[in-house]
Amino acid sequence: MSNRLLDAQHLVKNFGGLTAVADVSVHFDQNELVGLIGPNGAGKTTLFNLLTGVTPISSGAITLATDQGVQTLNGQRPAQIAQAGLSRTFQNIRLFKDLTVLDNVRIAMTNHYHETFFGSVFRTPAFYRTEAAMTVAAQKLLAIFDLTAIADQPAKNLPYGIQRRLEIVRALATKPKLLFLDEPAAGMNPEETADLTRLIRQIQQDFHITVVLIEHDMSLVMNVVERLYVLEHGALLATGTPTEIQQNPAVIKAYLGDEASC
Amino acid sequence: MKATLKANAVWLGVMILGFVAIDTAELVGVVNPFIENMLVTIGINVILATGLNLIIGFSGQFSLGHAGFMAVGAYATGIITQSIATPLGFYLSMMVGIVVAIIAALIVGMPTLRLRGDYLAIATMGAAEIIRILINNLKITNGAAGLFNIPALASWTTVYTLMCVTTIVTVNFIHSRGGRAVMAIREDEIAAEAMGINTTRWKLAAFVFGAATAAIGGSLHAAYIQTIAPNDFNIMASIAILIIVVLGGVGSITGTFVAAIVLGVLDTILQNFGTLRMIIYSLALILIMIFKPTGLLGNWELSFKRLNHHKEASAHE
Repeated sequence: MSNRLLDAQHLVKNFGGLTAVADVSVHFDQNELVGLIGPNGAGKTTLFNLLTGVTPISSGAITLATDQGVQTLNGQRPAQIAQAGLSRTFQNIRLFKDLTVLDNVRIAMTNHYHETFFGSVFRTPAFYRTEAAMTVAAQKLLAIFDLTAIADQPAKNLPYGIQRRLEIVRALATKPKLLFLDEPAAGMNPEETADLTRLIRQIQQDFHITVVLIEHDMSLVMNVVERLYVLEHGALLATGTPTEIQQNPAVIKAYLGDEASC
Repeated sequence: MKATLKANAVWLGVMILGFVAIDTAELVGVVNPFIENMLVTIGINVILATGLNLIIGFSGQFSLGHAGFMAVGAYATGIITQSIATPLGFYLSMMVGIVVAIIAALIVGMPTLRLRGDYLAIATMGAAEIIRILINNLKITNGAAGLFNIPALASWTTVYTLMCVTTIVTVNFIHSRGGRAVMAIREDEIAAEAMGINTTRWKLAAFVFGAATAAIGGSLHAAYIQTIAPNDFNIMASIAILIIVVLGGVGSITGTFVAAIVLGVLDTILQNFGTLRMIIYSLALILIMIFKPTGLLGNWELSFKRLNHHKEASAHE
């Protein structure tokens, strides 16, 4: 219990008459790599949206326990939740397309480098110092992920795989404690997926953060995650290690159908 | 750092050169009052349109109420300089105009910036109308007749200097943490929010900033033209500023300059055509929008830093 980072209890989300997420309780520990799987329409992305505040929850409680103490996240705006240490990528990439790779990363650092309005408008020495420090930090991050050469390119010009990687780098630039990756391998070929697998492991180890990923690519999921949640029809179907999940009859039934019905 | 310094020096040179060029033309006698009026109008339009471009082109919020904030600046100057007819009084009145415009923008912006697109345009338009109608009915503003005999405290040099200052301040803001946050909101509001950017706060910052520069434009207008009336600041005035922004290229400050100059010159030349003027003017706008839908310059910016960079790169080859 001591290293519990995020605790979500009895989350419910109704869209009109439709219950997208029904009484789901999940928790993520520090420096853990957790997977979230389930058939299409199971409510995986909705759950991410609830946890990061993009869509407000209908009922339930989300608490974040960090060194600074315990705080309740439900009812907070996405920006506040992001500042508390939850960052994410999106299923359908949402980069700042017309801005450069470097700016995409620097924007995510907005809250960590304070520039006064007066300073930025009249270019005080303090402004140049902050700006330089911010740029160096951004470039360092880009270098780790092999993006230095394209730092000045607009994000929209990048190939799909690189855009996905940039989105992860941008999320890391907010200095998160918990990183949500929504289908990071979608649309990638096996080689790119293998690269991504290495990348995710590296992130979790080097940055000491918790990573939660939604993924349909089972080779990726079974390779990297330590623990899995399986969702179906908006409810939690099973939880356990990858091996346990692979042998869970309920999960097999959800994915492959009932033996008797075939 | 060195490159930035070099580029800034070039910009300073351009500004001084522009000043000297107009000054010489004035001395030689090329610039008659008619031409000077055109130059000043262009300068004021640049100030107004740069501020509006920050709101529309950089923060992606559609505002149709720019003339309302301009009116605030104009009336502040009109009222205050009639009692204190000194340059100091003029700058004081400009400060008052800016402060009142900022307060008005906060009152308008806080509820309306939660709206998007068309709704925001209509809400800002309504706010500007409220300002205009208030001015129309107050005693201190002399109602519908407006103010006249405002002391001539702004010459073309004042306009030119303030145009340079507001442009520098705006461009500096765009190239800072705040400007990037604002552009992120334009690109993708949900992603910006998820990166920890308080979107309401930054949208409001851009809106208030734009309103403050509009007040400066209004102050200069009042002190140069010397006569103002509530109808100078109606919806058509807001649209005229919007036309400059759209024509130059939404998101390009260089484009705003080009469009303000092109339209200013076009307007002056067309004075000779009498009633045909508005038809030719509209036709020119339609043609530009057909052949250049993103505006004259799109979102391209003139950058001496980049030019230097290219030169050095080709020198190395």
